[in-house]
Amino acid sequence: MKVLVPVKRVIDYNVKVKVKADGTGVDLANVKMSMNPFDEISVEEAIRLKEAGVASEVVVVSIGEKKSTDTIRNALAMGADRGILVTEDQGVDIEPLAVAKILAKVVEEEAPELVILGKQAIDNDMNATGQMLAALLGWGQATFASEVKIEEGKAVVTREVDGGLQTISVNLPAIVTTDLRLNEPRYASLPNIMKAKKKPLDEKTAADYGVDTTPRLNVVTTEEPAGREAGIKVGSVDELIAKLKEGGLV
Amino acid sequence: MAVLCLAETANGTLALDATAKAVSAGAKLGDVTLLVCGPAAAGDEAAKIAGVAKVLVAEDAAYANGLAENIADLIVSLAGDYAHIIAPATTTGKNVLPRVAALLDVMVISDVIEVVDGDTFKRPVYAGNAVQTVKSTDATKVISFRTSTFDAAADGGSAAVESVAGAGDKGLSAFVEDKVVESDRPELTSAKVIVSGGRGVGSEESFAIIEALADKLGAAVGASRAAVDSGFAPNDQQVGQTGKVVAPELYIACGISGAIQHLAGMKDSKVIVAINKDEEAPIFQVADFGLVADLFDAVPELTSKL
Ligand SMILES: Cc1cc2nc3c(=O)[nH]c(=O)nc-3n(C[C@H](O)[C@H](O)[C@H](O)COP(=O)(O)OP(=O)(O)OC[C@H]3O[C@@H](n4cnc5c(N)ncnc54)[C@H](O)[C@@H]3O)c2cc1C
Ligand SMILES: Cc1cc2nc3c(=O)[nH]c(=O)nc-3n(C[C@H](O)[C@H](O)[C@H](O)COP(=O)(O)OP(=O)(O)OC[C@H]3O[C@@H](n4cnc5c(N)ncnc54)[C@H](O)[C@@H]3O)c2cc1C
Repeated sequence: MKVLVPVKRVIDYNVKVKVKADGTGVDLANVKMSMNPFDEISVEEAIRLKEAGVASEVVVVSIGEKKSTDTIRNALAMGADRGILVTEDQGVDIEPLAVAKILAKVVEEEAPELVILGKQAIDNDMNATGQMLAALLGWGQATFASEVKIEEGKAVVTREVDGGLQTISVNLPAIVTTDLRLNEPRYASLPNIMKAKKKPLDEKTAADYGVDTTPRLNVVTTEEPAGREAGIKVGSVDELIAKLKEGGLV
Repeated sequence: MAVLCLAETANGTLALDATAKAVSAGAKLGDVTLLVCGPAAAGDEAAKIAGVAKVLVAEDAAYANGLAENIADLIVSLAGDYAHIIAPATTTGKNVLPRVAALLDVMVISDVIEVVDGDTFKRPVYAGNAVQTVKSTDATKVISFRTSTFDAAADGGSAAVESVAGAGDKGLSAFVEDKVVESDRPELTSAKVIVSGGRGVGSEESFAIIEALADKLGAAVGASRAAVDSGFAPNDQQVGQTGKVVAPELYIACGISGAIQHLAGMKDSKVIVAINKDEEAPIFQVADFGLVADLFDAVPELTSKL
């Protein structure tokens, strides 16, 4: 069984982003970029399926600027077998719908039985690409996974939902999106980072797939959210209770 | 212009709070028709939400457990009559709506916090560190609304209830089981008061002191990701960018450092109290009342003196 894992290059989760004063976006100059943390979880899960003898090959794909090569190499260093980079140099990120359309073409070519995506990218937080890809392919979807078991022709997936946990089974081929508790991703070792440089990496462009990436949403402005001022420090539990009573809160 | 709203249901009952909040958001766009996937009784309850024009009830078991493939097809079969298709931004809404959008060849707009006009919406990005205003060029707008930023529509409505059939089970996926955490405490996303614990609480056993304070206050219990990852608290209690977003009257954070991913889920709370032994902890930068103390002393003291 072949597993396809889409990985996105995003601003590192430790970076405090700054909104540009002119409202045109956020300042991405000289900011640390990393693999979307949920995608590290997806890569880890795919590699574990391979180590367990369930998956035969793990292919990673990233859509974005040329610099997304780093993200793919990172996944290869973790243990994925080969990479596909689809460059899209519009200067902006492309929307989940366009990403899903490109991924659908990649799926057509690669014929994986399982595609594992992150539940959300931590930059735009759309939480959409996996579900959209499932729709375009007419496949079943198991989102927000905290446990994945592959059984005959099916994936049995436990999902993190608002009320607790839900288990469903989806027919293969299927889409899975990962949640935080699925696994703890490994770090790439130095020898594996060296080896990853020699692993195959194909380059394509969005135009090769004939996908129209024109955005459907135009970003009008990007603003700083309403701020919150630090309040006061209280010296004791009694003082805290007094303050809460003053405010009618207890 | 007409709006189709997917009502939130759980275990065959209507989740009134989330649904009524989505209805009040949807009312800014047009007349709201509610689609209830569940038994007739849930539909009857939905009809009582003020401002609902009509209720459609899909009783087929294929729609009962939130399976996205079946529900998305049902919504698409109804979509022609509506300019906006909406849902609360719950795990169900987020599972189903992007699938609906892709089937209609439109973009989904997730986690909207403000309606500017029928095409233009505000949504947070980068863990709430920026707010984008986006204008959609699509014919049908598919939107999930962040419930913490909308007031629930009142009751007192008496909408007509109709049943809808749809094509039923697509056979792509099947429900196996729910592991729902039973609790007498209020729900996190609708609670007026929340007491949250972080890594500083130290263990699953000591989370009892967080729960004791919550019970004293009639509050819901929340947690940081670190507390959930460490097994101190269940996943449905995680507050934050990738958990639940809450905005109660009072949020008490105990042993939580205040990482941006956590703040993203609670910084719109009306009053924030932080109890942390590290006076440099970033949580104090957003707290109205900060208490630098060991939580193992301060929390039980607070519980006993309230
Ligand atoms: C300031 C600013 C302005 C912008 N302006 C525009 C604009 O004008 N027009 C426009 O179209 N967009 C614009 N964008 C970007 C766009 O809104 C988002 O990138 C897009 O919505 C993607 O959402 P997401 O990354 O949250 O996807 P999600 O659905 O949250 O991602 C989930 C998963 O999908 C996969 N995935 C997503 N993207 C990729 C990828 N590129 N490669 C591989 N896998 C992927 C990953 O597995 C990921 O974990 C802008 C962004 C910013 C910050
Ligand atoms: C992709 C991604 C998504 C994430 N999503 C979320 C999310 O949705 N929600 C979330 O919360 N986090 C999220 N995080 C994690 C986040 O970055 C932080 O790691 C997490 O919030 C830290 O939890 P914490 O504050 O409990 O732990 P820590 O940061 O370890 O803080 C513990 C605090 O407890 C204090 N303390 C210790 N002992 C005591 C004591 N006896 N008395 C009083 N105080 C004490 C310490 O001073 C410290 O400030 C995410 C991270 C990533 C990468």
